Amino acid sequence: MHHKTFVAAAVGLGLVTLSACGSTDTGGATDSRTVTLVSHDSWAVSKDVLKAFEKQSGYKVRVLKDGDAGQAVNKAILTKDNPQGDVFFGVDNTLLSRALDNGLFQPYEAKGLGTVGAEYQLDRDEHRVTPVDHGDICVNYDKAWFSEHRLTPPKSFADLAKPAYKNLLVTENAATSSPGLGFLLGSAARFGDEGWQGYWKKLKANGVKVVDGWEQAYYQEFSGSSEGRKAGGDRPLVVSYASSPPAEVIYAKKRPGTAPTGVSYGTCFRQIEFAGLLSNAKNTKGGKAFIDFLVSKRFQEDMPLNMFVYPVAKGAAVPADFTKYGPAAKDPETMAPGRIAANRDQWVRSWTSLVLK
Amino acid sequence: MAPRKNRAGNAARLGLMALPVAFFALFFAWPVAAIVTRGLRTDGTWHFGRIADVVTQPDLRHVLWFTTWQALASTGLTLLLALPAAYAVARLDFPGRQLLRAVVTVPFVLPTVVAGSAFLALVGHHGLLDQLWGVRLDTTVWAILLAHVFFNYAVVVRTVGGLWAQLDPRQEEAARMLGASPLTAWRKVTLPALAPAVAAAALMVFLFTFTSFGVVQILGGPTFSTLEVEIYRQTSEVFDLSTAAVLTLVQFAAVGAILAVHAWTVRRRETALRLVDPGTTARRPRGAGQWALLAGVLVTVALLLVLPLAVLVRRSLDAPGLGYYRALADTDGGTFLVAPVHAVWTSLEYAVAATAIAVVVGGLAAAALARRDAGRLVRGFDALLMLPLGVSAVTVGFGFLIALDKPPLDLRQSWILVPLAQALVGAPFVVRTMLPVLRAVDVRLREAAAVLGASPWRVWREVDLPLVRRALLVAAGFAFAVSLGEFGATVFIARPDNPTLPVAVARLLSRPGDLNYGQAMALSTILMVVCAVALLVLERLRTDRTGEF
Amino acid sequence: MLLSLDAATVRFGGRAVLDAVGLDVAEHEVVCVLGPSGSGKSTLLRAVAGLQPLAGGRVLLDGRDQAGVPAHRRGVGLMFQDHQLFPQRDVGANVAFGLRMHGVAKGERDAEVGRLLELVGLPGAARRAVASLSGGEQQRVALARALAPRPRLLMLDEPLGQLDRSLRERLVVELRELFGRLGTTVLAVTHDQGEAFALADRVVVMRDGRIAQSGTPLDVWQRPADAFVARFLGFENLVPATVAGTAADSPWGKLPVPDGSAQGERTVLVRPAGVRLVPADQGLPCTVTARTFKGTHVALRLQPADGPRLEAACALRDAPDPGTPVGVAFDVTETLVLD
Repeated sequence: MHHKTFVAAAVGLGLVTLSACGSTDTGGATDSRTVTLVSHDSWAVSKDVLKAFEKQSGYKVRVLKDGDAGQAVNKAILTKDNPQGDVFFGVDNTLLSRALDNGLFQPYEAKGLGTVGAEYQLDRDEHRVTPVDHGDICVNYDKAWFSEHRLTPPKSFADLAKPAYKNLLVTENAATSSPGLGFLLGSAARFGDEGWQGYWKKLKANGVKVVDGWEQAYYQEFSGSSEGRKAGGDRPLVVSYASSPPAEVIYAKKRPGTAPTGVSYGTCFRQIEFAGLLSNAKNTKGGKAFIDFLVSKRFQEDMPLNMFVYPVAKGAAVPADFTKYGPAAKDPETMAPGRIAANRDQWVRSWTSLVLK
Repeated sequence: MAPRKNRAGNAARLGLMALPVAFFALFFAWPVAAIVTRGLRTDGTWHFGRIADVVTQPDLRHVLWFTTWQALASTGLTLLLALPAAYAVARLDFPGRQLLRAVVTVPFVLPTVVAGSAFLALVGHHGLLDQLWGVRLDTTVWAILLAHVFFNYAVVVRTVGGLWAQLDPRQEEAARMLGASPLTAWRKVTLPALAPAVAAAALMVFLFTFTSFGVVQILGGPTFSTLEVEIYRQTSEVFDLSTAAVLTLVQFAAVGAILAVHAWTVRRRETALRLVDPGTTARRPRGAGQWALLAGVLVTVALLLVLPLAVLVRRSLDAPGLGYYRALADTDGGTFLVAPVHAVWTSLEYAVAATAIAVVVGGLAAAALARRDAGRLVRGFDALLMLPLGVSAVTVGFGFLIALDKPPLDLRQSWILVPLAQALVGAPFVVRTMLPVLRAVDVRLREAAAVLGASPWRVWREVDLPLVRRALLVAAGFAFAVSLGEFGATVFIARPDNPTLPVAVARLLSRPGDLNYGQAMALSTILMVVCAVALLVLERLRTDRTGEF
Repeated sequence: MLLSLDAATVRFGGRAVLDAVGLDVAEHEVVCVLGPSGSGKSTLLRAVAGLQPLAGGRVLLDGRDQAGVPAHRRGVGLMFQDHQLFPQRDVGANVAFGLRMHGVAKGERDAEVGRLLELVGLPGAARRAVASLSGGEQQRVALARALAPRPRLLMLDEPLGQLDRSLRERLVVELRELFGRLGTTVLAVTHDQGEAFALADRVVVMRDGRIAQSGTPLDVWQRPADAFVARFLGFENLVPATVAGTAADSPWGKLPVPDGSAQGERTVLVRPAGVRLVPADQGLPCTVTARTFKGTHVALRLQPADGPRLEAACALRDAPDPGTPVGVAFDVTETLVLD
């Protein structure tokens, strides 16, 4: 067995040295037949759909997942002179200005952009980014709880501050959680620069609970998720996504006839995710082909069930479960990326001292 | 000492140190320096003024104070609760002793998000304490402290217990014969001998809790903030690298001060100990005192460690016919390109590589540091080796990205980066665990081997290694466990689509739906079992010693 | 010469623990270094073994300077004072260690271990755990282990130090016989003169890092080089005296000294056997203060009216009780003027 000890030690020693030399072949991914996608951890696509793209385009796709959405964008900016890949997917409207101002992307007008709704094209003039999907951050409610208590679920931001909904809402820390931030931005869009702080004072007085992340909010505090119920969660209102109810159905142990949760559509904030060709991409041709693929009907229709988002292409069919249990919001709050960029840090700071302290 | 010999000693030391120094310089110092520089230097000018700006914010003082006192309190509480267990596994012979050693290590590898939610089952709303006595501890600092005990119990049990088992009990008996009460004998004889190991364990617990991130967030709620949380926020969310750089420097200074205090207290206590075969020191419990102590340890472990784990396992079994486990083998869940169960293999591969690197790097460093003629400079390096434990994973991860981006060191997309980052955390464990034992080896045993014709390398192999083998295995177990459960560095490093177990668990948990949650619990249970089995195998290796080596 | 030390010097923090020591050991010679603790004798062995670097001078083995030769290449054996057996190995593995280091094949090794264990009187003990051995057994295993690689020079540090007296006396004889049989060259250190005299062909007495005297046991016993050596050998009847011709003027009165003794201010040694009891009204008047039975004779402590105490040896039946006034005469054959 002692020989094994030494073999292990030798292996370890070798690894350290190898790691220095091995870089050359991993760096070999820069050849023109490979296109590298840098994305966040939520990236997912069906195998056959990706295979079909590889077959049809002749490119091999490498995917690098680089942390959550914020980290992935920040890292892409840090490495923009020597990027890790060709295409970046996953910058949303809350981070878009940061990416564009730092010159992360080079212009490319995707083939098939015509099918993409104009309301999603936030860089219409320069085409540095291409919209790929959208989603809505909305308050979800526990249907059983509200019918049991014979109470109408809240419909709007204003409802949430009403005494009838006292101590019912749980949300996430806007400083560390993306739905938490979305909900804050939604309230700012709804009540304006001057009004949102007053609104949050009322919410606080009405007993809003803030936890650090979505996982705790949804799985510990929210009574609408079966796990939350088991954990003794007693908040029937949670800040989550419009696509959460269909997920509750699809990822149920035993598929229920109807979703156990509903969406308060008057509390939504729109999130749009973009992809772009990285400024110093080594394989621009491949990158462009991949961006075309992202807005193609095949990908757009595959995407919802993989990433729980809605397509941006007009002709793309949305899965039946989505339309049935959690359609996208009709009239969500939106905010220009420039305004988000200009105010975000200040708002989060004010929000923190207002709500958390 | 003759200059010639001195030079030879230096050469040997430098030879041993070369690899660890290169490793830490390349994969730690440089990336961290790069990211800090990026934050404080723009367009060729340094902005040291930022330091004053950030440091003088009153918020920061509050954060620093909370970070420090909760770490101190957590460390004290962990020592208080875990030292009796260290004694029990070292000195009492009872059935299930090895299992206990493995079980207490399991929490250590669990991703905080999983363990946090399991822990809430104990102290949270409708938790056991709530049901029994109406006591809720979540969003209080007690939840944070207890969770820190939960996570770090193993650090004390394994580090201290490892040495304790090898202390010659006759020393204590000698003190008893000289009229000392059992407690006095322990205090005067055993405790001083254990001091280096206790100090090492305390230091590690302190560093872990000082840089605590997930536990503080999940159990403490958003009102508690540590320095680590602030660094994460500034780097990852706000993207204010200059503030992050200053905070990193503040954390460096704080951790550096702790390490200096530690080095100062430990150095004065190091002595050669008489080490004996650990198999000979354990006895069946005798007398009411020992039985009570053993019972107390078992109850503590059951309540504080096993119960939350049991909650986790139960939740993973909540679907009929092991449904959640079967779902792990499916690829059509959409959350992953590969079946989640594949993450087990990915994790094991990474963990084996990271353990090998950590053992080689840490072992060489420990061997160099253990030399009697080690100078002040080398001893200073001892403290530096601990720094990676005190630096935010996000800092290291971002640092890798901008430091290791040029050939021949363009490792950004290499799989080796993940085990390298994990080994950064594992190697200090190896050093800390092995150093007290190596320093305790009687130098004359080495001399005896040398005059019998053993070269320095053979001496190390034939004398030191058999004596430190147990420590080495303990250390390897730690490195393996650290790597298996490592989440921070792994998620901050870009990687191809092969999630490790903790990453897969986090991915599953970020989705609504029973099935995702259940699969996350099932995968966490698998992570626990893999860890426990791996540690039990290491324990086995220790006992089936055959032949002379 | 197998071993030569040439002005070998070792310093610990400026203090010379070994001060320009010169020493030669011939092949097949058994040399014992004798000295009180702290005299530098263990350091001497460590310097020869290569465990202790020299601050000056040379160590030569077979005429070759050993500077820069590490301990494991010097081909010398060292048996440590407290044995330092490897605790994780059994008896056989301890003995076989040096053989393994020298690449001896397993079969040969096992045979040699068996032979050596037989030689040291522990046949069949190869599988025993080290911890189960008594002190004497450990000592034998340590000896077998040191002998196994057949070192050209075997060094023993207090080889019998921890053993009880009867065992020690028996083992000294066994060792002496064994070394004679094997023709081993031995350099041993001890603080026990009896052990040294019984074991050695030659005795070297050390004091404060220097060699005070070197010679055959008989030489040293009969002619201690100075007061220090004499005291260390257990002689207590030492007085300063002025020597003129064959008489010395001392606090004990006039002492007869041998013809040809050094003249002038000297130290004079009278062996206990040279202190003869005579009637109380003759010779130097003394009082008996203590009487110790020594088996073959009785040692008496005598207090003269003036001058330092005396030790005398006398036959059992002649021994007076303590308190008895006696007279003392000195025998010239047992008197020695030290240089």
